[in-house]
Amino acid sequence: MRQDHLITATQLSRDDIEAVLDRAREVAADPESYAGRHAGTMLALCFFEPSTRTRMSFDAAAQRLGIDTIDMGDVDSSSVSKGESLADTVRVIEGYADSIVLRHPSEGAATLAAEFVDVPVINAGDGAGQHPSQTLLDLHTIREDHGLDDLTVGIMGDLKYGRTVHSLATALTNFDARQHFISPESLRLPRSVRFDLHETGAQVREHEDLEAVLPELDVLYVTRIQKERFPDENEYHRVAGEYRIDADTLDAAPDDLTVMHPLPRVDEIAPDVDDTDHARYFEQAHNGIPVRMALLDTLLENAEAAEGTEVGR
Amino acid sequence: MSDHELRVSKIRDGTVIDHVEGGQALNVLAILGIDGSEGLGVSVGMNVPSDRLGRKDLVKVEGRELSQSEVDVLSLIAPEATINIVREFEVVEKNRVTRPDRVAGVLSCPNRNCITNADEPVETRFEVVSDGVRCDYCSTVLRSDIADHIDV
Repeated sequence: MRQDHLITATQLSRDDIEAVLDRAREVAADPESYAGRHAGTMLALCFFEPSTRTRMSFDAAAQRLGIDTIDMGDVDSSSVSKGESLADTVRVIEGYADSIVLRHPSEGAATLAAEFVDVPVINAGDGAGQHPSQTLLDLHTIREDHGLDDLTVGIMGDLKYGRTVHSLATALTNFDARQHFISPESLRLPRSVRFDLHETGAQVREHEDLEAVLPELDVLYVTRIQKERFPDENEYHRVAGEYRIDADTLDAAPDDLTVMHPLPRVDEIAPDVDDTDHARYFEQAHNGIPVRMALLDTLLENAEAAEGTEVGR
Repeated sequence: MSDHELRVSKIRDGTVIDHVEGGQALNVLAILGIDGSEGLGVSVGMNVPSDRLGRKDLVKVEGRELSQSEVDVLSLIAPEATINIVREFEVVEKNRVTRPDRVAGVLSCPNRNCITNADEPVETRFEVVSDGVRCDYCSTVLRSDIADHIDV
């Protein structure tokens, strides 16, 4: 991967993805060899909206590489609450850190941030846009179970606002993967993602019902349907109930089906699925560490190489 | 069209934007950032009969020769437009508009949650794609309703 930033999954080629995942595999196999590799550098964690696992997993991944982290803290206690622009915030933070992880409620925030700073920016979620580092760990999880070619993936739930879905769907177009999208009519993929899928000629089908497609799947990627997306609470409960799976649902699934979820789940995956051989969502979350270590290692290496080139000139 | 049918007078030096789709003349001026305050002589013809378009608009800007890059952005709302550069009452150059790769600072993003709508110090920027434009920041695709999002 020869990128300066990680902003969207559309920027990632198959080679880029495989390079990071190969490195993640190395990290997972021998984490000690990566310990302290970037000692003396600093990562800024800038989360303009709440996060538990993404923030903690970047923090943990950084520390395992010897990177110190500084956390912007909650938006309420920062200058943002005084009306500072994102462009100003990141330009200030650039002076404190060697790389920035950014989560922001507005789509395009990471693109904007990357235009204003020279240090690597990693998009850790921009509104209903993209979440590409999650995608890398999703792909790592899929790859370890099934490989990434000749793959049939079902993605179910909130496809309209789900940024993990947008990034994953786009990234999968680099591979020989058939994608089935399962959602209520009102939460189908947005035009922007359809555009990318269409451009790549991806094999895509849309369904309102999991049942018909479940026996074909290698992977079922479930996402949360959020209450706030519905004007009416009854309508939410009705729709959410239709996209909930339990151990019985999976009776019709192939034995080697992998069930994934970016977490947090509410009740879209019943706890009895946890005990089946299909459940992989906790492992998926744990994969955040080697994958984010590999990602940080790659981007910092790229940044150091670029700096070296500039000095050489 | 004979002289006695002319609804707007000939210009001596400047640019005539002809074959603009009926109803888009004011959007053309908006995109070009011409609002009269710069003191240029501007004539606008709306819904003028046209063999090619049925009805067309045209815009004449006296005293300013518009460059190709300035007018290419018009292709988004007036793909049939022709640009005539006039000197001493003669058309010395006649060009069609061509679609640019990107347009900056002309359109506002229709996605209210796009970072470009959040008081940040950036211009909007759209990639021109096969059947519309696409926000460089949030990837929102804008198709038939481009003229509704002109923001200049």
